Amino acid sequence: MNFVRQAIAYLLTVRNWTGPVGLAARLAEHLEYTAIALGAAALIAVPLGLIIGHTRRGTLLVVGTVNALRSLPTMGVLLLGVLLFGLGAAPTLVALALLGVPSLLAGTYAGVAGVDPAAVDAARALGMTETQVLRRVEVPNALPAILGGLRNATLQVVATATVAAYASLGGLGRYLIDGIKERQFHLALVGALAVAALALVLDGILAAAVWAAAPGTGRLRGDLRGDGHHTCQ
Amino acid sequence: MTDPGATPDAIVFDNVSKVFADGTTAVRNLTLAVPEGRLTVFVGSSGSGKTTALRMINRMVEPTSGTVTVGGADVATVDPVALRLGIGYVLQNAGLMPHQRVIDNVATVPVLKGQTRRAARTAAYAVLERVGLDANLATRYPAQLSGGEQQRVGVARALAADPPILLMDEPFSAVDQVVRRELQDEILRLQATLHKTIVFVTHDIDEALTLADSVAVFQRGVLQQYDPPETLLSDPANDFVAGFIGTGRGYRWLRLIDAAGLPLCDVETIAAERLPGAHPDGWALVVDAAGAPAGWFDGDTASRLGSLLRPDGNLSQALESALSSPSGIGVAVDAAGRFIGGVAAADVLAAVDARRRG
Amino acid sequence: MHYLLTHLDDARALTVVHLRLALLPVLLGLAIAVPLAVAVQRAPLARRLTTATASVVFTIPSLALFVVLPVILGTRLLDEANVIVALTSYTAALLVRAVLEALDTVPATVRDAAAALGYPKLTRIMKVDLPLAIPNLIAGLRVVVVTNIAMVSVGSVIGIGGLGAWFTEGYNTDKSDQIVAGILLLFALAVVIDGLIVLAGRVATPWTRAVR
Repeated sequence: MNFVRQAIAYLLTVRNWTGPVGLAARLAEHLEYTAIALGAAALIAVPLGLIIGHTRRGTLLVVGTVNALRSLPTMGVLLLGVLLFGLGAAPTLVALALLGVPSLLAGTYAGVAGVDPAAVDAARALGMTETQVLRRVEVPNALPAILGGLRNATLQVVATATVAAYASLGGLGRYLIDGIKERQFHLALVGALAVAALALVLDGILAAAVWAAAPGTGRLRGDLRGDGHHTCQ
Repeated sequence: MTDPGATPDAIVFDNVSKVFADGTTAVRNLTLAVPEGRLTVFVGSSGSGKTTALRMINRMVEPTSGTVTVGGADVATVDPVALRLGIGYVLQNAGLMPHQRVIDNVATVPVLKGQTRRAARTAAYAVLERVGLDANLATRYPAQLSGGEQQRVGVARALAADPPILLMDEPFSAVDQVVRRELQDEILRLQATLHKTIVFVTHDIDEALTLADSVAVFQRGVLQQYDPPETLLSDPANDFVAGFIGTGRGYRWLRLIDAAGLPLCDVETIAAERLPGAHPDGWALVVDAAGAPAGWFDGDTASRLGSLLRPDGNLSQALESALSSPSGIGVAVDAAGRFIGGVAAADVLAAVDARRRG
Repeated sequence: MHYLLTHLDDARALTVVHLRLALLPVLLGLAIAVPLAVAVQRAPLARRLTTATASVVFTIPSLALFVVLPVILGTRLLDEANVIVALTSYTAALLVRAVLEALDTVPATVRDAAAALGYPKLTRIMKVDLPLAIPNLIAGLRVVVVTNIAMVSVGSVIGIGGLGAWFTEGYNTDKSDQIVAGILLLFALAVVIDGLIVLAGRVATPWTRAVR
């Protein structure tokens, strides 16, 4: 219990938050890794998921890729990358991006492919081009699933980014790794609590986003009733 | 409005009402007695309360007020599971367990009641046969059967434990007309041997009139009329019932009357081999070597037959036979399909008249 | 590759530990999640409470759980029990959500029919709801198992054991072939176990393969 008190004391000391290796800086680093990795993952996974979900061709490719990437041990890839390409954020970010791809790809693909075929059919019959169908019908309806995939990916990336510290990089994992290595357990606890808190906050934001994105509820658009109300004459 | 039949009452509704949590009154002050061994139909449009009333019999729905009595006991005092094991239930779309083979679906209730799976399966084969299904369907899964076959399995499942009461909730509305007629015939055939107490729910008035010993017409939760089909047709209790039965009440009524006593008239016949070169006066019926009708001949051209009147036929079929025949005379045959006499439309109408008077 | 062949004994020992750490929590997690999900499926308030709690639990990174649990449980950091409890919590939380969703897919008409036939509630759940929920559950189970295998290798940074040790060792001793061997072996393990789960799912659900 000594550790808990020490950890809480540590968290409450402002000095520990400031400075180039303070909590705030580490938090920022962690967020940076997460954001870049997720951005890269999205850049690959989302367009791929949209196209394959829309055309329904290459389904096997998606399923295979998702399963294969999930089976890839990120830790190993990360450390191998650093070993081969030297220290620096790049190998870590590549490994983290690969980690984020499966959830994003699965979510995007499932979301688009799962849109009511009758709605898509009707859109085509109205005269929309394929791109318009994708943009105006499939994506809005697939948004909750896509954001759900993003939510899962975020959780995994935030969690694994702590490991980046093992490869001498920054982020909240620093507290965890150093704390254990130097037998200053309260620091490890600080790191654990900080990462947990970060994960919960990000998850909360994305959960709200998923909720807001539910199609047909007008949550994103605001109440239509206040718009352009005019009499029938 | 209870049916004062001579048979004892198997199911009694005593001032039963059902109000759901959202405030809708599904059934309002229902008092009705279902006689034992008879087929009673609850009919009405959607939301009329007929299904809710049915489901109060096996406690799938609990009444808000009033008592439902089955076999002399208030259902509220009986363990629901025990109650349901003793009542057969057939639903729309069969509701078969998709993960079990047909034979196991049929054997469900006997197994739940404690019979060994092997004994239950053996008995189930007999039930399958009784509903007109081939034994080789037994090892298939429900998804591999057609809609009509699935419905028959549903009926078999309800009959497997030989319950005295059978509840059927729109069991035939999900299949097409042809299959529906076959299934209706099947039920009538089964009932003729089994004499179960059946409560059958449907929104189709024709189905009700075809199957029922008594019909209960529901509207908005209220019982409008409870009478045998002939009474319903000849004497609708109010405008709603008359409107629900719709136009064609008269024609429908013809279907309910057996054509057995109808007098047949003479028709000139020609044997098929003698057809070329025959010169009948007017229309003649062509018969084959076995004595079965094959067509009509008027001296110039040969024409197809209209519909036939068979031994178990009704007046509607008799009239149809006459109307559909190229000669205006219907063709009556015996059980073996041999021609026995002609049917004149005038005779049918005379029979209707006699019945109305007598 | 060469590294793997020359260290087969080591590989075997580490694999056993790794699989034990990864799979035991799945079994325990199922044992917790299934009854829990069944109990709260139709109780709206309890269900929302359970899913909310589960969400929080599986949002917390396992690595953090590994560190925090010794404080709560009094175990030591590297105790196997510590790891198992952490991963079981994580797995159970994930599975509760998955089982609930799988149970929701059982058609209402089938459940209604089962009740009307005279199935007692527990029998109905065991013989109707759960079997019909299996196909959906398998999908969730696959993700959970593969993720757990990866989670255990991440835990190697704090030394919990398993094949992740090859990653940390290889990194520290500059042996990239050791890391590659670890990657390949873990990848193969994940693929094989995933395949086994799919197979088990197919065996358990013969009706889904019946063709008209």
